[in-house]
Amino acid sequence: MSAIAKSNAHSIVEASPRAKAIAGTIVILYAVISILPLLWIVATAFKSQSDAIAYPPKVFFQPTLEGYVNLFTMRTRQTPDFIAKLPPPTTWYDKLVRQHDMVIAGPSKVVPRFINSLIIGFGSTFLAVFLGTLAAYAFSRFRIPLADDLLFFILSTRMMPPVAVAIPIYLMYRQLNLTDTRLGMILLYTAVNVSLAVWLLKGFIDEIPREYEEAALVDGYTRLQALRKVVLPQAVTGIAATAIFCLIFSWNEYAFAVLLTSGEAQTMPPFIPFIIGEGGQDWPAVAAATTLFVMPIVLFTVLLRKHLLRGITFGAVRK
Amino acid sequence: MTDVVLRNISKRFGSVEAVRDLSLSVNDGEFVVLLGPSGAGKTTTLRLIAGLEQPDSGSVLIDGEDVTRDPPGTRDIAFVFQQYSLYPHLSVYDNLAFPLRSPARRVPERLIKKRVEQTAELLHVSSKLKNSATRLSGGEMQRVAIGRALVRDPAIYLMDEPLSSLDAKLRAELRLELKRIQIELGATILYVTHDQVEAMTMASRIGVIRDGKLLQLGSPREIYENPADSYVASRLGTPPINFLPAHLVPDVAMPDGTEMLGIRTEHLEIGKRNGGTLVGRVHRVEHLGEQNHVHLEYKGKMLVTLADPHQPVDAGEDVELRLKHPLYFDAAGRRIPAVIQ
Repeated sequence: MSAIAKSNAHSIVEASPRAKAIAGTIVILYAVISILPLLWIVATAFKSQSDAIAYPPKVFFQPTLEGYVNLFTMRTRQTPDFIAKLPPPTTWYDKLVRQHDMVIAGPSKVVPRFINSLIIGFGSTFLAVFLGTLAAYAFSRFRIPLADDLLFFILSTRMMPPVAVAIPIYLMYRQLNLTDTRLGMILLYTAVNVSLAVWLLKGFIDEIPREYEEAALVDGYTRLQALRKVVLPQAVTGIAATAIFCLIFSWNEYAFAVLLTSGEAQTMPPFIPFIIGEGGQDWPAVAAATTLFVMPIVLFTVLLRKHLLRGITFGAVRK
Repeated sequence: MTDVVLRNISKRFGSVEAVRDLSLSVNDGEFVVLLGPSGAGKTTTLRLIAGLEQPDSGSVLIDGEDVTRDPPGTRDIAFVFQQYSLYPHLSVYDNLAFPLRSPARRVPERLIKKRVEQTAELLHVSSKLKNSATRLSGGEMQRVAIGRALVRDPAIYLMDEPLSSLDAKLRAELRLELKRIQIELGATILYVTHDQVEAMTMASRIGVIRDGKLLQLGSPREIYENPADSYVASRLGTPPINFLPAHLVPDVAMPDGTEMLGIRTEHLEIGKRNGGTLVGRVHRVEHLGEQNHVHLEYKGKMLVTLADPHQPVDAGEDVELRLKHPLYFDAAGRRIPAVIQ
């Protein structure tokens, strides 16, 4: 037993304790560096306006919900006399606002913008993955004339930054009355994502042996039934990984969102930077919006992280 | 009476002729084995019967009906693949039930349960039904894979080297089991393999196939004793048959036109020199326990034969060879059936 333990100590496969410690330190350092800005944003959302822009930056501060209240409301400034004449505030946020000589005039646009982001982000992700799966299956299984050229053509749409085609797309969308519509944004993000989806998913489906479907075909299933019962369950990992990549792109997309949306269909990315308070950017509100904006992606990724990890290493080891 | 008939089937993939003008009939309750090297067109033949490939010409008849253009699902067949036959996302039970749950079949779940349990019993995997398909040993996986075919009662079972991925011991075990099951169910099976032992032990009839052509079809004994040509003769027998050009043995009586002698181990006896003209030199003796493989050289040709392990033969020794009813082949490799006494 001890002989085995000893031989393990010098194993070229097993890392030495020192190597492990160094690797661990690097990973932790990297984690801290990447998480720190996120934590700073979360903290800023709870700061007052003056704490948010204080120099030197404040690590410890009196937390307030002002940022969140400002994010969700529109306010008007009133004279102290006017406010004194009002009936006493009924809610805690009314009270908070009145401390700054303001009253709430109505809800802000953040909720509709957030809903737009959800509909456009998840809608385009669903479409891209759905179409990508079908296309990838066809490319993987059928003899398609010029398949390689078609695949290259599909990939080539990703070879330039999407913004390079911003003006033609803008003109097209204006002609088709798609500017500032959710449908337009869903179609646009789907078009951008579908090429990535086809390529990623083709790799995953290629790894699933044909024999599985052929067995189902022989057993009396149709090709579509075989796809649903046999191929899709085994491609779940790839589909999940692809969905995450697609969602991250369409959720974060800024350039087209600025160009093509302004009112009805505006998503969060172009909305957040223009949350203006009195005398400029309302940083705590911006930070609050950012915190809320990051949540769905974090949640989605955490839920699917098992698949994501497996997806990244998929195909590396042939069973 | 269900039987499967192939009529002049041909199939090419690009420039490769996978199957050439192949005709074959498998009768009800028969266990036919197609024997041939990899790339001989065995698997393609099965896939053509299953409808997973379309033949370029010829037709496939199942139970007298032409199914050549029918999709796989409507032909009454079950297929056991060489590999990958279990769905990793399903349990053993669900794997076995999968063919019965086909929307085309509509078997009630109660009947499915009965069939699955019967099949599991037959294959000795009853205790594993709840396991995930990926948590089985190689032998169990292969048994379940065969079970996926056996849950149904098709016109014919097509099996594509179902035992080739297993180790020798398991293969021998499953070989016996498969034959037992076939007899029990009276199943019609077309089985493809490159393993002559599987062919010899299980087949009612063997078809020897090479380069897409069916060279000979017959009972294992027929194929072994009366091979149609030198290739068929070389497919069966361990150690493999020895070939000796006829001109090297001028003193041996043989039919007209014989160019090549095919000498199986049982056709070649060795003994002490006793004035005979066929003298070979022993190169090496392999002792395998119950028998010895004796490698000897005769006029520059290496021959292998079996010998009694107690017969005192040593490397370097000259021995006399005696031929007992060898096989005779003409210049084209075709067998000349005449037997010279």
